[in-house]
Amino acid sequence: MRPVVAALLRKDLRLELRTRESVPAMVLFSVSTFVVFRFALDRERLEGDLAAGVLWVTLLFAAVLGINRLFVAEREQGGFDGFLLAPVDRTAMFVAKALLLFGFLSAVELVAVSVYSVLLLGPSPFQAFPGLPLVLALANAGVAVVGTLVGALAVQTRARDLIVPLLALPLLLPIVIAGAEATAPLLAEGGAGALPGRWLAILGLYDVVFGLIAVAVFDFLLED
Amino acid sequence: MEPAAIELDGVTRRYGERLALDGVSLRVPAGTTLAVLGSNGAGKTTLLRILATLLRPHDGSARVLGAELPAQGYRVRGRLGLLAHDPLLYSELSARENLRFHARLHAVAPARIEALLDEVGLAGRGDDPVRTLSRGLIQRVAICRAVLHEPELLLLDEPYANLDPAAVAAVAPLIGPASATTRVLISHDVDSGLAEADLVLGLRRGRVEVLAPPASADVSGLYG
Repeated sequence: MRPVVAALLRKDLRLELRTRESVPAMVLFSVSTFVVFRFALDRERLEGDLAAGVLWVTLLFAAVLGINRLFVAEREQGGFDGFLLAPVDRTAMFVAKALLLFGFLSAVELVAVSVYSVLLLGPSPFQAFPGLPLVLALANAGVAVVGTLVGALAVQTRARDLIVPLLALPLLLPIVIAGAEATAPLLAEGGAGALPGRWLAILGLYDVVFGLIAVAVFDFLLED
Repeated sequence: MEPAAIELDGVTRRYGERLALDGVSLRVPAGTTLAVLGSNGAGKTTLLRILATLLRPHDGSARVLGAELPAQGYRVRGRLGLLAHDPLLYSELSARENLRFHARLHAVAPARIEALLDEVGLAGRGDDPVRTLSRGLIQRVAICRAVLHEPELLLLDEPYANLDPAAVAAVAPLIGPASATTRVLISHDVDSGLAEADLVLGLRRGRVEVLAPPASADVSGLYG
C-alpha cells in the first residue's frame, strides 16, 4: 500500500503547489478571523481560556475549508474512477488524503499561530512549547481522519459546501473542546501551567476510535 | 465454443425511477469486438460503467473476464482499460505526470510511458499541462492512460472523438482491431462501428433491440 499512498500524496501535493487552492485560502481565513476577533472582542491581548477558545474555533473553521476542497480534483477530473479502476487497496486513498489534510493543517497552524501571537495573544507563544505542538498534532490527526471521511461523503453530493460544515462541525466538536481545554493552561498569563494529561488522552482516544471507524467505512463511500 | 470475456444475464440498472438498462443479456467471446450502438440515453455508457466495475447492476448477473460483478470486481480491476467521455486526467498535471501517476497505481514500468507517448506522437508535448492541450491531444493522452497496463479488455466510449485521421492511424495499434484484445466499442458513427465489430449490440431505452453479427444487424430502428 505504501507506494500507492506515496503516489497519491505526490500527485496531491503537486496539484496543490500548482493550483494553491487549499492552504493559502485556509491561512487567509485564519488571519482574517483573528482580525475580526480583535475588533469584535475589543481586546488587544487574550490569554488563558479565551485565547485557547479563539485559536481553536479559528482553526476548526479553517479546517472546514480544507475538507471542502480535499476531494474536488478526484470528483471533477475523474480521479475517483481512475483510482477505482486500479488494482490497489482502496484504503490507500483514505490514508493519503488524511496525511495530506494533516500536512495542510500543520502548515496553516505554523503561520496562523505566529500571526495570532502577534495580533492577539498576550503571553509569549514560546511558553506554550513543546505542549502546544503536541496538542495541535493530536488534534490534527483527529481532524484529518474525520475530515477525510466527511470530505469523501460530501463530494458525492451536490450540496458539498453545505454538507461538510453540517457533518464536520458536530463531529469535530470534541476535538475543539479537548484542544481548548488542553491549550488553556499553556496560554495562561504569567507562565504556562502543566499540560493536562486527561485532555491529551481524550484527543488520543478520539483519534484511535475515529481512525478505526474511518478505515472500516471508507471503502463503502467510494462504492457506487 | 470460445471462452467468454463478458457474460451478461438480465442486467438491469436504474437511476431513481428511470430504467437505464432493462434486462440486458449477451455473451462476448474473448478476442472479439462488441460494437454498442444506440441513440443518446439508450444506456450505452451505463453498460460500459457496469463492465468497468464502476456501477453495480441492480438486477441480473454480470461476469467479466471470469469474475462475477460486483462481488469479484477486485479480480478484474487492472485487467481492463476504460476510455470514457471524461479523460480521467488531472488538468494541472502534464501528460507525463498523469501517466506516471497511473503507472504507479498499476505497477507499470516508466519505460512504457515514453514508448506510448512516442507512439501517439506526444513525446514533445509530454511535459505540457493537460489543460493546455487541445481536445484531440487530450484524447491521445487518455488513450495512453487506458492502455498503459496492457489490459485484456478495452472499454471504449467514442475512442476516435476529436482525433484527426493521422491520429486515428497512430492509435489504431493500441485500441483498434489490431490491439488483439477484447473490445467493447461505443460509437455514434454507425458505419465505423459496424466495420470494426464482430458482434453488434443495439440498445433502445435500455433494452436490447439488436444483437447480431454486423452483416445481419439491422440498426435502422435504433435512432428514430
